[in-house]
Parts: sequence; structure tokens; C-alpha cells
Amino acid sequence: MYDLIIIGGGPAGMTAAVYAARKKINTLLISYDIGGQGLTSWLVENYMGYQFIGGRELMQKFEEQLNQFPTSVKVEEGKMVEKLSKVDGGFEVKTHDGETYQARAIVLATGKSPRKLGVPGENELLGRGVTYCAICDGPVFADLNVAVIGGGNSALEAANDMVKIARHVYLISLVALTADEILIDRIKNAGNATILLEHEVLEIKGTNRVEGIRIRELKSKQEKELAVDGVFIEIGLIPNSGLLKELVAPNRLGEIQVNCASETGMPGIFGAGDVTSVPDKQIVIAAGEGAKAALQAHRYLQRLRN
Amino acid sequence: MAREVKLYTTPTCPYCKMAKKFLEDNGIKYQEFNIAEDKAAREELKKCGSLAVPTICFEGETLVGFNEAELKQKLGLK
Repeated sequence: MYDLIIIGGGPAGMTAAVYAARKKINTLLISYDIGGQGLTSWLVENYMGYQFIGGRELMQKFEEQLNQFPTSVKVEEGKMVEKLSKVDGGFEVKTHDGETYQARAIVLATGKSPRKLGVPGENELLGRGVTYCAICDGPVFADLNVAVIGGGNSALEAANDMVKIARHVYLISLVALTADEILIDRIKNAGNATILLEHEVLEIKGTNRVEGIRIRELKSKQEKELAVDGVFIEIGLIPNSGLLKELVAPNRLGEIQVNCASETGMPGIFGAGDVTSVPDKQIVIAAGEGAKAALQAHRYLQRLRN
Repeated sequence: MAREVKLYTTPTCPYCKMAKKFLEDNGIKYQEFNIAEDKAAREELKKCGSLAVPTICFEGETLVGFNEAELKQKLGLK
């Protein structure tokens, strides 16, 4: 049995692992990827110590730091955790390949995943024009027409990147744009972007690849079709809190409710990063919360021994 | 028998990096095409029916995205 299992390998999980290693806690970190949401940031301009750094590059630096402690922290990459349950003396984690792991304490740092539109064609045409990863797939749509769905910072960042690559960009938002003013100004001045506010997406059309989208203006109920080759869905994120659901109910937003000591309401399970109720989802915050969760887990483990 | 594995990527895509690491760790030789720069490769990718990276093409198979379990199965790895 491990002392600690950290689930999630983003900024929160990796920082928790480094703090756990420095306390010589026998730790296992399980994650589908190393870097998590940090990997999908184009440019990070608010992680202290770096005036600007690519998200991927910053995550590589986190990983290098984590790899300084190979004896304390074992890393299982490429695994999806499917179940977390309580067992005698601690907890059991089951991964997608049927393996099980046990530990006395858990840090949940599972982050968030892209929210789906829930319209016909979305699942069917994923990878065939529908994408949730603008930073990955943007260049595929060079000189084509694309739609970016959403009105927050992620959507506006995607739209502002795509106006440089695509022929024309339609920015479609259900509500008024909520992104930073600087990003809104930039897209308004782009010259090859059309902004459609108070429009909802009804359907993504196409057989083998995206051919267009059907949208409806909320007020007039008027529908129209836009011929596009790509649809970038940037309508926010949902917390990956499902693992804890059976043990502790999530809050109204689906997040893991934590107190200021990273405790979840289930003794021995700590939460950190974007999956938790801590306001504002930022790399610097997630990293700090990861450190806190690991130190609290350390205190918990000490109490168990005494 | 050596098979021809083509990997389509963009430099900014984290999952492409994971796919490359996977292929290298498993000793699979592949040819990489950066579709952000290589227009011909971009067209080739579309012909395979994919509009996303990473895409891995070999022996008539097209695998879109990085899915380790699926890759292992299709490449006959344990």
C-alpha cells in the first residue's frame, strides 16, 4: 500500500508530487497525461518567474522537477482512473486497464475537461472538423472557413489565432462576449471575422467531414446555415469530479468542495487545482493548491501513525 | 516486416508529443509531417478523412488522436 496516491498530472498534481517527495512520502502519481490543461495554453504570461513561457514548455519544466525524485514518487502515465473506493486502512484506485492500487491518502487533482455543445453531429464529426483543441488542430484549417463557438477568453483566444490561419472566422456566442476587452478589440479589428452574438448552434452538418453549421438567432428565431470546414468548441470546462461522487457529493457547479486546508469532507482525501471549489482557475493557483494538499496529506499520514 | 507509419503533427500540439514518445518508446519507425508548414501533407491528411492531429496512418488504417490502447491494438503491441 502506498502512503499517497495523487490522481492527475497537471500543475496541481505535479506540484503535490514534488512536495510529497520532499517529505519522503511513498507516492504514486497516476495520470492520463503529464501536464494536463497546462499543455493546452499557448502562452503563459502570469506564472511568476517567467515573463512569458509556452504552456507545454512550462509543463516540461514541472516534469523535469518531478523527475528529480524517482525514488519517492512513482509515475503511472497513460492511465485513466475509473474508480475510487474506500477500503480497510485507506482507499483503492482502479484504472482503465483493470489494475488496482491502494493508498492511505489521496490527492485528487483531476482538473477539468471541455464542455460539449450537445448538438447533432458533434460526436460524429469529432476529428473530422469538430475540435476542442484549437492549439492542436488550428493549422489544419489553413485557408478554410471556421466557426468558433463561445464568448469567453478561450473562445476569443482561439478566434484571434484562427484569423491569422483561416480564410474567415465566425465567432458565435449565445450571450454577450465575456472575454477580456483586449481580446474583443483584437477580433473586431481582424478584418476576416464575423461576430454573431445571441445565436445558438443547432446542428453541425456533414457526412465524412464538417460541411457547415446550422444556427438560430435567439430573438428572431431565424435560422441560417454557415458553410464552414471546422468548428472550434470553446464553451468552457466541466470539473472531472466524478471519481469522488460516490463518497462525497460535488457542489452546485460540479466541483469538489474543499476547505482552506484542502480537505474534501472525506478524511484522507484532499483536493487541489481546477477540479475544486477554489475560485479562479490559474496555473499558479493550481500549483499552490497542489503544494497545500500534499502538506495536508503529510499531516494526515503523521496523525494516522501516532 | 517494416511498415510505413506516417504521423501528422503540429508543433504546438501536446498530444502529438505524446504520440511521438509512444512510437519511439515502442521502437516503431515513423515519418513525421508537420502540417503547419507542409501544405502537401495537410492535403494528404484531409484525404485520409482527418482534420485533426495527431493522426497516424499505416496500412490503410487512420487513427485520429492519441489513444494508447487503440494504438497498441492496431500496431499489434502488448
